[in-house]
Amino acid sequence: MGLGIKGLHKEELMARRDKTPQRLTAKGPDVSRRKFLSTAAVAGAATAVSPRDAARAATAPVADAAASPARAPSALRPSARMAAAETGTPKELAKATGPDGSDFMVDVIKTLDIDYVCSNPASSFRALHESLIDYGGNRKPEFITCTHEETSVAMGHGYFKATGKPLMMLCHGTVGLQHATMAIYNAWCDRVPVICIGGNDLDAAYRAPGVPTYHSAQDINAIVRDYTKWDDQPVSLQHFAQSFVRAYKIAMTPPHEPVMISLDLGLQQEPVRAHERETLYIPKYVPTAPPQADAGAVREAARLLANAERPVIVADRCARTANGMRLLVELAEALQAPVIDQRARMNMPNSHYLSQSERTAALISNADVIIGLELGDYWATVNAFIDNGHDGLGVNETRIKPGTKLIGISSLGLVTKANYQDFQRFQSLDVDMAGDAEATLPALIEAVKAAIPNDRRAALEKRGEALRKAKADSHERTKAAAAAAWDASPISTARLSMEIYAQIKDLDYSLVSSGNVSGWPNRLWRMDKHHNWLGGSGGAGQGYSAPAAIGAALGNRDIGGRFSVSIQADGDLMYTPGALWTAARHKIPILSVMHNNRGYHQEVMHVQRLANRRNRVASLGRDLGPIGTSIQNPDIDYATLAKSMGYWSAGPIKDPAELGPTLKRAVEVVKSGQPALVDVWTQPR
Amino acid sequence: MKSRSVIGLAALAAGLALAQASALAASAEKGKAAFVQHGCWQCHGYEGQGGVTGPRLAPNPIPFDTLSNFVRTTSRQMPPFRKEILSDEDLADIYAYLQSIPKGPDPNSIPLLNP
Repeated sequence: MGLGIKGLHKEELMARRDKTPQRLTAKGPDVSRRKFLSTAAVAGAATAVSPRDAARAATAPVADAAASPARAPSALRPSARMAAAETGTPKELAKATGPDGSDFMVDVIKTLDIDYVCSNPASSFRALHESLIDYGGNRKPEFITCTHEETSVAMGHGYFKATGKPLMMLCHGTVGLQHATMAIYNAWCDRVPVICIGGNDLDAAYRAPGVPTYHSAQDINAIVRDYTKWDDQPVSLQHFAQSFVRAYKIAMTPPHEPVMISLDLGLQQEPVRAHERETLYIPKYVPTAPPQADAGAVREAARLLANAERPVIVADRCARTANGMRLLVELAEALQAPVIDQRARMNMPNSHYLSQSERTAALISNADVIIGLELGDYWATVNAFIDNGHDGLGVNETRIKPGTKLIGISSLGLVTKANYQDFQRFQSLDVDMAGDAEATLPALIEAVKAAIPNDRRAALEKRGEALRKAKADSHERTKAAAAAAWDASPISTARLSMEIYAQIKDLDYSLVSSGNVSGWPNRLWRMDKHHNWLGGSGGAGQGYSAPAAIGAALGNRDIGGRFSVSIQADGDLMYTPGALWTAARHKIPILSVMHNNRGYHQEVMHVQRLANRRNRVASLGRDLGPIGTSIQNPDIDYATLAKSMGYWSAGPIKDPAELGPTLKRAVEVVKSGQPALVDVWTQPR
Repeated sequence: MKSRSVIGLAALAAGLALAQASALAASAEKGKAAFVQHGCWQCHGYEGQGGVTGPRLAPNPIPFDTLSNFVRTTSRQMPPFRKEILSDEDLADIYAYLQSIPKGPDPNSIPLLNP
């Protein structure tokens, strides 16, 4: 028994088995407000207007006619009663009873096994909110209280990268969505699905005046349409069921992207209409197979790679899953080709001898064939931009030899839009394949193995041996670089990274986010598992790191056994500090170590660059960096900030000798299931 | 080797020696302050250790004339610091500071770098 709805498959009814029968089968008058407006309004409205209003409405057309030349009316004039009904105050509707629309929405949502809904509460989705926690039992999804919509989205962003499952976020369709937009853009650039729902009260005649009307719009989705994969505004419950399942399906088909649904408050609050009780159904979700590249193009790519002298593999968002890593290793080993991991995902185990990211410049400049796998920016992989042109425009330089063959597999072209420039500069390729790289790798590996001539196998083996030695030499250089300023105060980012690693290296750790610490963790920590590193924000929008890390830590907590650690940039945290409260409130264990360089460091360098270009001394005021770029005077006490929100915290740590013991205590706190933050004053990068 | 070339090399060597001597006579203490004041730390770190944003400058900095020439005229990622915004004296002090930075520990002797 469900909402009195017939025609559902057994599995579609499963989600309803715990419902209260009385509520679900309650019958009442069929008084949807739309139906009321379309059929009964005229007759019923006569009693809803004052006699004075009716008289004014009745006489107005006569006065108009007297002042204007006679002409044939294009339509019959409304009667006095009709005019009064259209201009007067609508009568309060009789209370409708019956199964609630938002309860049915919860039924739909529950079929998709969504773990959490991240949200800052708002009136425009109050009905769905109430249904989720009361009718739905606050399980699958469970409500996660967020203090900002940017946090809601970013938590879903991080959660997906830790678990492979999307979260839902609920927000006010106007002001809440305006807060959420930057985080949605980050998810878009990072190819991450988030199911975004914006509440919106569409019916201007019946929505509450004042604030709720400020918070309504004709088309709330317009603000995010340029960076969502799909959006809709359902106008019936059946429409909602189709839209929600469709939205989920589109978001979860590579390339993954956020989607947006505008959800009318009226639709949430109204009872299920009588005719729908007999026909409503929930579409079954069946995943879409990811797109694979063209078979002929794959064979041509394999031929070029198999016959190359110095092939190079570059991976950015290639490994969507742990299996993607395994496939990339198999391709690299088949070719004995070095892999440059651009680290938007954990693509290649960094301990593997073919993982050669430290040698990027040398490898790219010597390559004769390069294959890029889901590169966010192919142009910048094979070209350099020198931000130092005398005319202020910068200088472009190629990094590759003439004749280098370029191959690409990317799903980006399948979702390219026009406005936002996340598609980066245009780069011509010799073999350009539209398709998902991970899904295409099995075919490519098979084709490569078949294409390698027997007389080249010895040469490949020799190439592999040379790469082993190069890897070892490169590692020694990296260690030497890390040792520089080892005992410095503020603490070097290499020391910071290695002090953290010393405390977590024996745990099944997940570096859920990292500030700009010169990539030391990726260079020096052993990272062999897909969850060891979750990549960055995608769009470089500030405010990602704290909430995304907490979202990922939530996923890691539920998977179990994983230790979540974040190297948290100071400027980034101040966009969404309320995310710390969410972590404490929902008991999400995570170790956050502040990369506190007391500045918006990218901007420190940008302003300095412009001052130099213009031959002017950059004004510092009282700070270390150019005016407007420092976070000093006063210095922010992040330990106290975190403590105020329920964290265990320590710092600021300025002496490197104090760092290890403090981190050790923090790790124990996190192991007990609580979040902890250690503030560390660091070198800039 | 032609005599003109020999004279040229001798003059160059003398110039280098003068420049080096001038740098050595400068103040490392003042140089440390100038290193911050002029923003060198932004890309190279407070101790010139370098990072993804700029190469390592210390210990053992490159010869003064090479550094000076690069600082004044670079057209690469680093913006040039001309005399109008960084005096010869300040540059010499900065070089003295870089020279004063001691060699760090052997990376193979640091347990945290050899887990």
